[in-house]
Formats: sequence, C-alpha cells, structure tokens
Amino acid sequence: MSDTHATTASAHGGGPFIAAIDQGTTSSRCIVFDKDGRIVSVDQKEHEQILPKPGWVEHDAAEIWANVQQVVTGALSNAGITKKDVLAIGITNQRETTVLWEKATGKPVHNAIVWQDTRTDALCKDLGRNVGQDRFRRETGLPLASYFAGPKIRWLLDNVEGLRERCENGEILFGTMDSWVIWNLTGGPNGGRHVTDVTNASRTLLMNLHTMQWDEKICSSIGIPMAVLPEIRSSAEVYGEAVGELSGLPVASALGDQQAALFGQTCYSPGEAKSTYGTGTFLLMNTGHEPINSYNGLLTTVGYRIGDQEPVFALEGSIAVTGSLVQWMRDQMGLINSAAEIETLASSVEDNGGAYFVPAFSGLFAPYWRSDARGVIAGLTRYVTKAHLARAVLEATAWQTREIVDAMQKDSEVELTSLKVDGGMTANNLLMQTISDVLDAPVVRPMVAETTCLGAAYAAGLAVGFWSDTEELRANWKRAAEWTPRMDAETREREYRNWLKAVERTMGWIEEES
Amino acid sequence: MARSIQSLERAAAVLRLLAGGERRLGLSEIASALDLAKGTAHGLIRTLQQEGFVEQDAATGKYQLGAELLRLGNSYLDVHELRARALVWTDDLARSSGESVYLGVLHQQGVLIVHHVFRPDDSRQVLEVGAMQPLHCTALGKVLAAYDPVAHSQAADVERRVFTERTVTDEQAFEELLEVVRARGWASDVEETWNGLASVAAPVYDRRRMPVGAVGVTGAVERVCAEGELHPHLVAAVRDCARAVSRDLGALRRF
Repeated sequence: MSDTHATTASAHGGGPFIAAIDQGTTSSRCIVFDKDGRIVSVDQKEHEQILPKPGWVEHDAAEIWANVQQVVTGALSNAGITKKDVLAIGITNQRETTVLWEKATGKPVHNAIVWQDTRTDALCKDLGRNVGQDRFRRETGLPLASYFAGPKIRWLLDNVEGLRERCENGEILFGTMDSWVIWNLTGGPNGGRHVTDVTNASRTLLMNLHTMQWDEKICSSIGIPMAVLPEIRSSAEVYGEAVGELSGLPVASALGDQQAALFGQTCYSPGEAKSTYGTGTFLLMNTGHEPINSYNGLLTTVGYRIGDQEPVFALEGSIAVTGSLVQWMRDQMGLINSAAEIETLASSVEDNGGAYFVPAFSGLFAPYWRSDARGVIAGLTRYVTKAHLARAVLEATAWQTREIVDAMQKDSEVELTSLKVDGGMTANNLLMQTISDVLDAPVVRPMVAETTCLGAAYAAGLAVGFWSDTEELRANWKRAAEWTPRMDAETREREYRNWLKAVERTMGWIEEES
Repeated sequence: MARSIQSLERAAAVLRLLAGGERRLGLSEIASALDLAKGTAHGLIRTLQQEGFVEQDAATGKYQLGAELLRLGNSYLDVHELRARALVWTDDLARSSGESVYLGVLHQQGVLIVHHVFRPDDSRQVLEVGAMQPLHCTALGKVLAAYDPVAHSQAADVERRVFTERTVTDEQAFEELLEVVRARGWASDVEETWNGLASVAAPVYDRRRMPVGAVGVTGAVERVCAEGELHPHLVAAVRDCARAVSRDLGALRRF
C-alpha cells in the first residue's frame, strides 16, 4: 500500500503540507495533503482484531499507538518530506472505541473495547431502568446502546480488579482513540495532553449537548468517576505540540470518522448531507447550531466545532448492511466473483423483475429499530433470475438511504437538495444512479475519495491558519461526477410502496426476544 | 489440407488426460498413457508448465491442470472492476490536468465509455458513462485499434466516417497513424472527431499484458494544445495514469 499513492513532493509545489492520521477500525493510516487538498502520499498498517468471545471485539491500544507512529513516519518518507515541511497534524478516528490507561506509565489496563462490541447490551438495558433506551436521549441525543463509550467504561470498572479505586484516586485516564493518540503524541506520561473533541465526546453518552460538557448526573447514573474523563475541546485547535520524532509539530484537530467525512465533504451549511457507502453506510446531515431531537430513530450528534466558534450539530442515520450485502452475494451465495461484478449482473436486466431484498440480517435499524426482524426476499416468481436479485441488492441500499433521508427531513424540516457521496461503493455507477432516482435528488461524488482524512487535515489546517476559512475549503471541493434523477414519479412511488411492503414482512420473525 | 503440428496435438492430449479421470498424474503415467518417450512427455509438460497450463504438486511431484487454463475460459476483465481500480487514478488525472477524463473499452465496433470524471471547474457537466465513441478517430479508439488486434480489425472493417475536415479515413493513412501510436505509446485526436476539442489517451493493460482499455483526457483544443502540439505535461500525466491503473490490475511485473 505504502508505495501505491506515493508521488513526489515536487509535483505538489514543495509544500507546506498537512498530515492526517486516520485511526480506523481495521487499520491506521496517515495521508499527507497539499494546499489544494490533493493527496501527496499515504501509509497504512492493519492491526489485530481480537475476538475473545462471540460479540466481543477488542484492539490492543499499544499496538495501535505503535502503528500510528509507523504510518506517520512512512507517509512523510513516501512523500519525500520531513516534519519541517508539515504545518500541523490532524486526527480522525473510529468512534466510541474505549481505552483506559495508567497515567503514570501509559500502559492500557485492558484491551480497548471496540464500538462493534456488544458485551454491554444487558448493562444498557439495566441502565434504562423504567424509562428504557431513551433515558438519556434529551441530554445526549443518543439511545442507550452498546456502541457508545460510557457503558464500556462502566464494564471495565466492573470487570478489572481494583480499577474503580484507582480511577477515583486519579491514577487512570479514559479516552476514545483520539484522546489516546493525542495523549501519546504530546508526551504520554511526560505531560501528554488529556483531551477529546466535541464530536468524540458526543458519542460517549456522557456529554450534554446543551452545555458541551460532561453531564455530572449521567456520569453518576452510569457510575463513571469524572476524574478519568478528558477535557472536552473543539475539533480544530492546537491541543499541544508533538514530542519525539515529530517534536514541535502542532497537534491541531480531532474528529470522529463520520464527522470528519462530513467536514471533508465541506457540508458547512444546514441541509448539506454526506453519505459514506462502505460495508455499512453512515449518513450525516448538518442541522446548524441547534441540536435537533429525533423522533424518527436518528441520532443527534455534534458535527464539528472550529475553535471558539459555535458548535455545528448533525443528525445521523446508519444502514447496517450495504457493501456487506454485496459481499454476501459473492461469498455466501457465490453469484458473483468480485464486488464490482454486482453491477455487471444487475445491468443485464432492466428492472428487479418484481423482487425486493430487505437485508435485515441482524434486525432493522433506523428508522424502525426492530431487533425482531430478519432478512427477506419478497416478490419471488419463476421469472426472477439472479440478475434481478443483483438489482434488488443495489436497490436495497438505495431505498434504505431514502428511508433515512425521509426521517432526516421530518426531524429537521430541512429539504435535502443534493447528497454528497463517498466510500468504495461510489464506483458503482448503477447504484449511484438508483440512489438519485429514488431520492429524486442529485447525487454528487467529490474528486478526493479520502474525505475522512481530508476532513481531519482541513480542521488542522484551519487551526494553524494554513487555510483561512471554510469558504476556502469549499473552493477545494471538486465535483468528479453527478447523477441526476431519471425515474418518473409514478414508478418511484410504486416501487417505494413495494419496498415498504417488503420491509413489513421482515418484522416479528424472531418470536421471543431475550 | 494444412499439415497439423504433432507437438501441439500431443500437448492437447496431455491436457485432455489431466482433465479426466485421475486428475493428478506422474510423468511416467502420462508418458505410458499417451505412448510417448519419457523425454518427449517431459518436454511437453515443461512447456505447458511454463505457460501456466499445467502445475506440479510440490509434495508428490505429480502434475495437474494449471490455473491459467481456468483464466483462459474466464478471461474477460469485468468493466466495473476496471472502473473500481481506475477510480483513484482517474480522479487524480482530472485534478492534475484540469480536464475531463474518460476510460473506454472496445464494445460493438466502437469505444464504450465505462468511466468519466468531470473537468474540475464548477461548470455543469453530464455524466457520459455508457456513451459510445468511434474507433477510428478518437484518441481512446486509436489506442484500442493500435494495441488490441480485435479492435484493429474492426476499425479496418467498418466504414470510417468523416466527422471533421481532419478525420483520417484513408486506409493507408490510418495504418500509418496507428504505427505512430504504437511507436510513441499514446494517441491523440486534435479536432478529428469534434471541432474545438482535443484528446490524449494511453493503453491500460491487465496482468497478462493484454490491452483491456484506454484512458485519456479531453478538453478545449486551446488548452490541450500549444502551437498545434499537445502539451507534453498532459501526455505525461495521461501515461502516468494508464501505468498506475495497469499496475493496479497486476500488469507491473511485465512492464
């Protein structure tokens, strides 16, 4: 990987540059960007996925920190530059993944518990008391679900011997991966800055969206000693200077990965939205300076905050199964040899032949939240071929996008004018056209696909004055492709009705919920 | 009647033998089954092995059919795979050249556009994926005709329509033009298809060094050319992009 994107710095005018670290779920990457937002070099390293039990997912935080250092060095060397050519370093990260470590040594007390880990399911139910999963929604914008960091901290306190006491004595620090990386970059046990940004803090279930501070009452309800929590800062400011190999380099941004993509896609005005199509899909819409409560199963989250400017909020909806449905067609069904072939197969027919595929493999997520649902292929007749099913697979991603967009419009009363897309599935032309058709809105793809790293680079560059304001960043955004709706309204409405009928048939399949 | 070539007949017999029954056979078993001297059989198998049609099991020393044989029957590179691999590089080409980028493959005696990246200005542009371009006068088409024998025979057979006063239609002139393309490794189209537009394109190879497509930029002739010549930096950028995509498709080893 490290050499595939490497071009010489000289082709980019010699800098200066901004480096962005993307501490992701499967790997850590570093990308160096030039002033036009073009990629100069990349380095990447995967880390181990530790799966101690079904449903449990852990990372070794020490391994991650070692990898982060390596990829930063690697990216600079691939670009043929040194730290002197770099103005600032920014960070984006897998959200909600939780690590606790010793302040004095920097040693993690346990593997990091990854966002996908479901060990806190039962704990979250308990924490709901008689109110249920919306107990803290008004303050935090989130339902009580196992993804979020707060319950994961509590699990560690309950399960690592003597940890609670050491936390109360101030010996232990908590962080999501942004905090872990920043603390280590800025000196670790020797004066490392213990901070997090508002977007990462908004995924803990512990931050109050109205004050942008830790909520004492919620912390005490969940049982978290506040001494372990980092200071909440903005997403774009100089948190401190790096030490060691990068010494003197300002560490100047932190954003959760989806928020970083929103920032990289330059969604700076209310109503602007981005959707990242990968294994799953995350759709975020800028809703301006007020947090909007969702009554349609979406999350309310912080989009970003630049320095001491007012925070910008977002509504978030996710689709659990999108790219992974294509992988399922390839690996489990054997109907295609590569993910790209889904388009070839789907393009060999004009329509879905009456078939609809609702991939509720582990229940229905936003906007339904039905864990008793399971996947369904509806409308089968003898006429239906594998090509029709391929088409139904792509349409499933499109209709689920439509459902989330509809929910966002209901909650925010803002009309979506166009959808900015990124992620691997944007290479699928038929899918992008179908999304435009079912949304009845243009779908646009930007020229730099690496919007997550770009967002972190943009925020860091703003903090150190490399870019003057968001308007300058907007000018960097270039349209690489645009798909406009071609479906007539009647077909769209009929197909949507059929999709909704298929969705209904997934519900109640699991009879008893444990 | 043309004489058949004995060694090819024998090689075919080896493949048929390995395809049926036992599937894994030793050298002496093959030699005796086909009534060949061991040395002759060994020579045949060695050659087939070099071409990837036969593989030797490391543990037992026995022979079986090779992976290349499977690829031969399934050799078509999916155009959507091609687009997925080209995405990053074509985006970068559009940014560095400031022009729109097209990726084309041979399809029904023409060039099918399988990927299109907009020119990076804020003008309204329409996605041209799925459009067809002529083989004989566009830069993409000339690259395909110069490097892909199938495209070449199609370009030679079809009527070469006149689009502008600069379109080359004469057979000999066309062949000479393809010679130039092969010699320098890229093709151009300066107002030969559309008045006011010029293009540069270069070939994309797959892992077997087969020309599977062409990638190029198109823009206003005033920007793409200077004093009647194509800007060298555009030619270099297009060729870099074609090489990068080829490398991603696994062609690097053979360059």
